[in-house]
Amino acid sequence: MTRYILIALFIFGAFFRSTVTFADAATEAAMAADPVAEKRLQKLSEELRCLVCQNQTIADSNAELAQDLRREVRTMIKDGKSDKEIVDFMVTRYGDFVLYRPPVKGITLLLWGGPIALMLLGLFLLQRYLRSRATRINAEEQPLSAADASRADALLKELDPK
Amino acid sequence: MNRYYWILGAFAALVALLAIGLNLNPRDVPSPLVGKPAPAFNLNVLETPEKMIGPKDMQGKVWLFNVWSSWCVSCRAEHPVLVEFSKKANVPLIGLNYKEVRGDGNFDVSKMPADEEKKLAFQRANQWLAQHGNPYTLTVMDIDGRVGIDYGVYGVPETYVVDKTGIIRMKHTGPISPDVLAQKIMPLLAELNK
Repeated sequence: MTRYILIALFIFGAFFRSTVTFADAATEAAMAADPVAEKRLQKLSEELRCLVCQNQTIADSNAELAQDLRREVRTMIKDGKSDKEIVDFMVTRYGDFVLYRPPVKGITLLLWGGPIALMLLGLFLLQRYLRSRATRINAEEQPLSAADASRADALLKELDPK
Repeated sequence: MNRYYWILGAFAALVALLAIGLNLNPRDVPSPLVGKPAPAFNLNVLETPEKMIGPKDMQGKVWLFNVWSSWCVSCRAEHPVLVEFSKKANVPLIGLNYKEVRGDGNFDVSKMPADEEKKLAFQRANQWLAQHGNPYTLTVMDIDGRVGIDYGVYGVPETYVVDKTGIIRMKHTGPISPDVLAQKIMPLLAELNK
C-alpha cells in the first residue's frame, strides 16, 4: 500500500511543481516612481495573453499589441480601476483567450479536468495490473501437489536413468 | 485479446483528439463581440478630415467594417477581393485605418508630435488607396489604435459584419479570400438585408 502512496505523491509532486517565471517586462520609466502601481501592472500583465504571439503574456512580449495593452492597463491603474475591472475590460474585447489562466467553466472542463482524470485512470489501471501480477506470482509459488511431484520425479528419472 | 482492442480504441481516440486539435486554426480566436453592439467611436474621415463619424451614423444599414493599413502585407493580398466586392455589392464598406504611422516599424512616434503623425497618416493612407484602388465607402482613421483595442483587433486585416441595429454579426480575422467572401460573407449580407 505504501508503494501506491509513494507513486501518487511522486506524480502529484511533478504535477503541481510551481512554475518559475522569468518575466522580463520592459519596465517603462513612466511609473518607476510608483512601485505599487508598477507591481500591479506587472502582476496583471502576467495574467494576460498577447494575442499576436499567443504563447506569451503581455508582460513577456514586446509585440506592438502587447505594448498597447500594457499602456492600456497602466492608464486604467492610474484611473483607479480595480484588477477585476481591468481584466473584464480585456475579456469583453478579446474573450477568455486573453486570460493566461483559462477560467473553470463548462467549456474548459476537459482542459482542467482532463489531466487529472487521465492520471486517476492511469493509477487505477496500474493498481489493477499490480494486483493481478501479485496474485499470479503468489499462485506460481505454491508447492507442487503430491501427484505433480511424483510425475515430475518420474520424468526426471526417464531423462537421466542411473 | 479483448484487452488489446480496448487499448487500441483508447489510442485511436487520443489520435482523433490530437488530430482535431492540430487542425484547428489557433489564430481563429472566437470574438466575444459577435452578437454585441459595435463599440462606439468617433473618428476623423480620411476623405473629409473635418468630419467625424461613428457606428451610430450607420444605424439602419448593414455594413462591413474592414481594418487595414498601408504597412500591412496581408491587406495587399486581400485588397483586390475588396475592390471586386465594392463594384458588385451594394453594401457600405467602411475602412478602419489602423495605426497607419505608429504601426509601421520604420517610425518612432515617441519623437514625433501628434499633429505631424496625423498629417503623415492621412497622406500615407490616401497615397496607398490612390495606388491600389479604393473599395471603401469611406475610411476612418484610428491613429493611436485605441478603437482597434475596443474592437479586439489583434491582427490586421480583420473584418466585421454589422447589422441594421448595430450588432456585430460576424468577425473574420486575416485576409478575406474569394471563398470566404462567397461562402460566408455574401450569404450573411443577403440574409441580413432581407
